Amino acid sequence: MNQTSTPNSFRTGPDEQGMFGIFGGRFVAETLMPLILELEEEWTKAKADPTFRAELDHLNSHYVGRPSPLYFAERLTEHLGGAKVYFKRDELNHTGSHKINNCIGQILLAKRMGKTRIIAETGAGQHGVASATVAARFGYPCEVYMGATDVQRQAPNVFRMKLLGAKVHPVTSGQGTLKDAMNEALRDWVTNVDDTYYLIGTAAGPHPYPEMVRTFQSVIGQETREQMLAAEGRLPDMLVAAVGGGSNAIGLFHPFLDDKDVQIIGVEAGGKGLDGEEHCASLTAGSPGVLHGNRTYLLQDGDGQIKEGHSISAGLDYPGIGPEHSFLKETDRVEYVPVMDDEALEAFQLLTRLEGIIPALEPSHALAEVIKRAPKMDKDQIIVMNLCGRGDKDIFTVGKILGVEL
Amino acid sequence: MTTRIDTRFEKLKAEGRPALVTYFMGGDPDYDTSLKIMQALPGAGSDVIELGMPFSDPMADGPAIQMAGQRALKGGQSLVKTMELARDFRKDDNETPIVLMGYYNPIYIYGVDKFLSDAKEAGIDGLIVVDLPPEMDDELCIPAMKAGVNFIRLATPTTDDKRLPRVLSNTSGFVYYVSMTGITGSAIADTSKVNVAVDRIKSHTKLPVCVGFGVKTAEQARAIGQSADGVVVGTAIVNQIANTLDAKGAATTDTVESVATMVRGLATGVRAARLAPTQ
Repeated sequence: MNQTSTPNSFRTGPDEQGMFGIFGGRFVAETLMPLILELEEEWTKAKADPTFRAELDHLNSHYVGRPSPLYFAERLTEHLGGAKVYFKRDELNHTGSHKINNCIGQILLAKRMGKTRIIAETGAGQHGVASATVAARFGYPCEVYMGATDVQRQAPNVFRMKLLGAKVHPVTSGQGTLKDAMNEALRDWVTNVDDTYYLIGTAAGPHPYPEMVRTFQSVIGQETREQMLAAEGRLPDMLVAAVGGGSNAIGLFHPFLDDKDVQIIGVEAGGKGLDGEEHCASLTAGSPGVLHGNRTYLLQDGDGQIKEGHSISAGLDYPGIGPEHSFLKETDRVEYVPVMDDEALEAFQLLTRLEGIIPALEPSHALAEVIKRAPKMDKDQIIVMNLCGRGDKDIFTVGKILGVEL
Repeated sequence: MTTRIDTRFEKLKAEGRPALVTYFMGGDPDYDTSLKIMQALPGAGSDVIELGMPFSDPMADGPAIQMAGQRALKGGQSLVKTMELARDFRKDDNETPIVLMGYYNPIYIYGVDKFLSDAKEAGIDGLIVVDLPPEMDDELCIPAMKAGVNFIRLATPTTDDKRLPRVLSNTSGFVYYVSMTGITGSAIADTSKVNVAVDRIKSHTKLPVCVGFGVKTAEQARAIGQSADGVVVGTAIVNQIANTLDAKGAATTDTVESVATMVRGLATGVRAARLAPTQ
């Protein structure tokens, strides 16, 4: 079997080296290597430990509010006039997005490892808020690295983190966005390896993070599967989710990867268009490279220098992508498409008025794709979209673009 | 295969003194100035040259080297031009070892095989690639060994005795001991602790052990040089360059000479390291 042929299962990765095909791996400084091996060992033990599982389940139901509903969007479906549209409502989770699923899991792991300090990177601030939340809940000091540009445009989340007791470090290197925040978090980690747990927010970074984050987020897809079978007696025809780093998407997709009849679409931030530099469509317009501990698709120039992306949504503003998505692209299991800023903004407004749900700008990208596809599908077909975050944090950004003074 | 690195360390061993290893960023602040800096280094007392390859996301580097990389990239530096620096330098100096130091992605994008043959042809002797631990040896380390280019590994305070053999296994040229858990340019740990660590590594390998991260002064160079086979100075040199630039970040008439002056001072420290009766 050669590398390009279809694997028997899409769900077996990563291998022992942390690779999904040629993607993934452990491209980190030696200082971090022993720690990453220790993390992998502890994670392997935790996965097999029923008490870990039980504690996670308990927190998911009583603290996070899981399972999140699978909601049939009746008026949107009617409006689009095609496939039935369901939303997996992870925006109803505690802290307002899917990020908490991962944070709860990792903080339990940090506790097992005896770490006493939590660091995290954040873009839109959703992961920062979720990290600060679990740190408060478990009594850990928490420091969050956030690009200075993002600190400006996501002021409410910065304040939220501070209320939760976290220290927010604005990062001024580079363009001051998520990529630079991740560099700075890695610099902190390498300096404080003894006591610090790095709570990575997306399904990227060195092995075992991509697999670990995927596992914690897969609760989204597992619930969706059960809820869909209960509601419709069958699996959906299509899954749609936004991909920035790709954690909400892999969480929804993974339990369905081997269901060949389920079509899967990942939606990237097309920003102002793929012709220029102002987008974050690393899978559609990038190429494989090595950054932040893994090999994956990146936006980069011919010399291997990483470009700064752009998106209306700070949460998608990252020039890379989780390595498993790169693998799913190369094997053609998942189709990745870009959606532009203005399309996302339109979808944001449509959902608000039709369903009374203010979505975050990240899932608004996924919604824009649903709006394109549903009308072309039959009325007995079913789409599930991951509504992975609520839009309260984005009203200032949207207000500014719509010319409304808040 | 004996490289310029092996030859240089054998010679220094015979002289009974440690090496002064100097780092600067290729293309900082511009190509011509950095070539002049490179050419001035051996005369000022540098025994091994570490030539930095700029990268947009240097996640193990402190602010000084981050900014040097940004200056270089802004000035149009690329991996091609960094190898060109080595080639230009080799026109007058065929003995001083050159070690490229940086991150993997530019090499990966250039293409590993082409990179190794071009680097060797340019007169480059070794590679230090921060984000390639032994677990990723198939990427570049093994191909480099086959191509006759030394792959110099970093050992750190977190590399315990259990892991050390793995770290040393495919290492050649020398071992780079990172004096602290941290990024380049931080304050150095207690030099006596560093010496203990160097002795620990030496009990596992016959390769020369050089110590870097945080060495700024001639006195520190002397203290560390008592046990180490080489002392690496990077951030201090990069800062020296930065301090001589004009308001727009361009080189001035002082830039090259002030680096040379600093290196002469450090060389004095290194040469004083073993003046006391040795073993």
